[in-house]
Amino acid sequence: MFNFTLILPELFVLCMVCVVMLVDLFVEQRQQVLTYALTQLTLVGAAILTLCIYCIPTTANFSGLTVHDHLGSVLKLAIYITSFFVFLYSRNYFRQQNMGKGEPYLLGLCSILGMMVLVSAHNFLTLYLGLELMSLPIYALTALQRDKEQALEAAIKYFILGALASALLLYGLSMIYGASGSLDITQVANVIGANSTQHPLIFVFGLVFVVAGLAFKIGLVPFHMWLPDVYTGAPNAATLFLAVAPKVAVIGMTIRLLVECLPGLQVQWQELLIVISVLSMILGNFVAIVQTNIKRMLAYSTIAHGGYILLGFIAGTAAGYSAALFYTLAYAIMSLGAFGIITLLSKQGFDVETIEDLQGLNDRNPWLAFMMMLLLFSMAGLPPTIGFFAKLSLIEALVSTHFVWLACIAMLVAVIGVYYYLRVIKVMYFDKPLDNKPFSLAWDAKMAITINGLAILYFGIFPGALITLCQQLFWSGTMLN
Amino acid sequence: MQLLLTAILLPPLLGAILAGIFGTIIGRVASHRVTVLGVLISFICSCIIFKNFILDHQSTQNIIAYTWGTSGAFQFNVGFLIDNLTATMLMVVTSVSLLVHVYSIGYMRGDAGYQRFFSYISLFTFAMLMLITANNFFQLFFGWEAVGLVSYLLIGFWFTREPANFGSLKAFIVNRVSDVGFILGIGGVITLFGTVDFLPVLAQAPKVAASLPTISLFAGTSWSIITVICILLFIGAMGKSAQMPLHIWLPESMEGPTPISALIHAATMVTAGVYMVARLSPLYELSASALTFILVIGATTALFTGILGVVQNDIKRVIAYSTLSQLGYMVAALGASAFAAGIFHLVTHAAFKALLFLAAGSVILALHHEQDMRKMGGLRRYLPLTYSCFLVGALALAAIPPFSGFYSKDAIIEAVHLSTIHGASYAYVALMIGVFVTALYIFRAFFMTFHGSCSANSASQDNIRENGWVIWLPLVILAIASITIGMIVKHADALQLALHAFTSLPFWLAIAGIVTAWFCYVIRPAIPAMLANKFSWLYYILIKKYGFDDFNQIVFVRGTRALAQLLYNYGDQRLIDDGLVNGSGRLIQWISATLKRLQTGYIYNYALAMIIGVLALVLWQMLIA
Repeated sequence: MFNFTLILPELFVLCMVCVVMLVDLFVEQRQQVLTYALTQLTLVGAAILTLCIYCIPTTANFSGLTVHDHLGSVLKLAIYITSFFVFLYSRNYFRQQNMGKGEPYLLGLCSILGMMVLVSAHNFLTLYLGLELMSLPIYALTALQRDKEQALEAAIKYFILGALASALLLYGLSMIYGASGSLDITQVANVIGANSTQHPLIFVFGLVFVVAGLAFKIGLVPFHMWLPDVYTGAPNAATLFLAVAPKVAVIGMTIRLLVECLPGLQVQWQELLIVISVLSMILGNFVAIVQTNIKRMLAYSTIAHGGYILLGFIAGTAAGYSAALFYTLAYAIMSLGAFGIITLLSKQGFDVETIEDLQGLNDRNPWLAFMMMLLLFSMAGLPPTIGFFAKLSLIEALVSTHFVWLACIAMLVAVIGVYYYLRVIKVMYFDKPLDNKPFSLAWDAKMAITINGLAILYFGIFPGALITLCQQLFWSGTMLN
Repeated sequence: MQLLLTAILLPPLLGAILAGIFGTIIGRVASHRVTVLGVLISFICSCIIFKNFILDHQSTQNIIAYTWGTSGAFQFNVGFLIDNLTATMLMVVTSVSLLVHVYSIGYMRGDAGYQRFFSYISLFTFAMLMLITANNFFQLFFGWEAVGLVSYLLIGFWFTREPANFGSLKAFIVNRVSDVGFILGIGGVITLFGTVDFLPVLAQAPKVAASLPTISLFAGTSWSIITVICILLFIGAMGKSAQMPLHIWLPESMEGPTPISALIHAATMVTAGVYMVARLSPLYELSASALTFILVIGATTALFTGILGVVQNDIKRVIAYSTLSQLGYMVAALGASAFAAGIFHLVTHAAFKALLFLAAGSVILALHHEQDMRKMGGLRRYLPLTYSCFLVGALALAAIPPFSGFYSKDAIIEAVHLSTIHGASYAYVALMIGVFVTALYIFRAFFMTFHGSCSANSASQDNIRENGWVIWLPLVILAIASITIGMIVKHADALQLALHAFTSLPFWLAIAGIVTAWFCYVIRPAIPAMLANKFSWLYYILIKKYGFDDFNQIVFVRGTRALAQLLYNYGDQRLIDDGLVNGSGRLIQWISATLKRLQTGYIYNYALAMIIGVLALVLWQMLIA
């Protein structure tokens, strides 16, 4: 089974990576307009290709190395769209902060290719290949400002700890391979499912390491330590990039591994995830309160949101998985906007770092302040924003599977979380600005942030379509068995 | 019939709206014209109803105007119940209201809130009419609260005066206390009967009572539900009709304009409680305990508030205490199951008490708002008409035949005398002494005001003269009514009853009261002061009004404030603000700061945390397996 049609988007992106590299090398261009345009074109093209093959039914491809299904396609589309906005927000930043010529775009495209491989992987090897292809360019992206110590420190931390996490994941996968005798996700699932009552200890052993690897990538306690340091240290545009699309891809990987590959070990991974999720929600929300750096605060909020996403997996039902995916997509839109605004506000030689930098934003640019307020409301989970329905569907899934106590904890820490989101809003609206100059945006950035902010509102008021889409992905018929 | 009712109810409401909202546009004269016209229409239509029911003996009518709301099996209707009782009350309310409206044109002349005043009294008339025409408890409660509201507004009519504000708040709060009982009583009716309409409730009552339903209010006790409902409803009546110990608001209500005291706090609103009990008389008949309770409360109020009237120096206060005392008589009549006698006294009292108040108002107006009787005296030479009208009112109040008060009070005393329920003998004695006291205090006021030497200085004496026709015409009409109503009602036996009175004890007690007042305040004016000195402890108790006000002030007002302060200091400030709100904030800050220290920034710490995390998870899972 070698159906190249089904990997057309990946092939297209791969070719375009080469094209962009060559164009960037040989064509004289001021401000990398051509590189930027080609990159965005690549994403648009990949989206069109993905949509063209969307309706082809679920098939395993290349002898089961990859799979084509709706879940993969939807995740890819989410990755394209968010990345498109990421490049749009970052364009000025890349230029002003002297982050190389075409490198950021090139690294970004490589990483996106990795994500595409990752979310459509159906074999431990492809999965690991995609994961590393996604991660390595991000390490480089973090270190792209070579004259900035903080960024280099962050990159080194990220790289070493990332390598450790990869090792843990690989170790876990090899244990499972050794016990099941297969690398194919479906076959492993069949082997484990065959003797579902009593598992060899080695599976559980491998599972713990797999979960640890996943937890690192999502950024969950106690594997979260890299996250605040990297988010803070990396250039704002790099933070923006690594906060959005990779999260979607990693949740995709989690679904592939836990839901598709290891459903036989559900009891075990449920226990593990409960501990990790509760710790993440509590630590993330609590520590975010005392942060003065806005990126660090959002980093801790990312940890908390990761904990929330896990709640859907803990519920262990189709409703729970779709709620987790919905939350992931919602979170992608929210963090895209929040980090996007931080990136947009940064100027030559000035990075927005502390919450005080947002003081009086309402006086300087009311529209941007309003968009930020919507995003923060959504992160806090207040209606009528998408964040409210994301939390609501998770809680529903939890309650319907009798994890009421877990739902209570989630709600309580969410209340604590509201505090630090509202504090930012208070600073934006009620504090006097340090710098009275009005802040204006380029038309494309303005339009993008408007679409971004209004999407929060639109999906908050009409969440039906997106929720239905997420639910359809987990109907039994659409999954490969 | 429905049209007639609409013509009774709506004109006062329209008048109130016109004078209240458009008062400044249409001006003062148009304001009083429109409200007087509204009440006049009401009065004429009431006369028609009165003729149909009382004279032509039309049968009871229960009209449902429309359904206001449904909730499950309940239906809340706006409906009207017209029978002899309603017709009588309609007559009383509209006639007194009409006279007071006319009187107010003179009394309120020049007041800044002229339009507001007429708007309020018209609104009061509407609310009172709603109360007495209601065919269900909810509508009764609507009227009940609406008259309470207008009463509050009118007591505090001169809102720049401190005592007026205090009095209005006091009236409002005391009535809220009694409303608790009233609402609970209505709740009991709904629970027991499943409806709030009077006729079904009263029709079912004997059947329900026969099954002896009981309720356990406190663990281990068992009460008859009928008794509980009756007493709860009566607690509502105790507030509105100012029965002890909820009477404390009525003397204070005299801070309002005098026409209001006549209309609301003598003739109509305060009798709402009496009306309500009479309306529900079949229900009350089923509970001897409730009747005993009512009888004792009524008799106690009749005697002890009457005694307080003897030591008051404010002419309006004397009449206010007299009102309390007379309300006590009415309630005692209800307790003795003499509902007709109670309503009879309500009607006669409305006439002579309105007369006394309006006459007092005439005196007050002539003396330029002087209310202290010690500064009056000898006024009969200046105000001959007011003098004779006051005398008629006083004789009626003192139950001297053939004035109207004699017939109604005689009926009450006779009924209580014949009653055999518990407490009847106590009530009889109290009411008998009350007759003496009544005559004493009202003639004390009479002699102090109109006889003796004139205390006002000669310059102002020249200014004292009778007021205009809008003042004296209502007085004359009410005086005629006070003389004749009793004889008209008892037309066949009127003469016989009057003659019989000369051989009965109450009559001679009343005469004794009048003579005592005459002796002490005209012949030997030094006696009262001497008595006050000699029995200073008794005098002190009376001046302090048995300590009800002080008790309330200390226990309830200060107690409530102290409790509120305590809850504010410890509950709100310490526990909620400091402890729960700021405390949880501090706790979270502390946790955050502690957790933050985990983030050391050293890569080997981070790696260690990951390894420990994996090992802990592995160990945990291995141990489980």
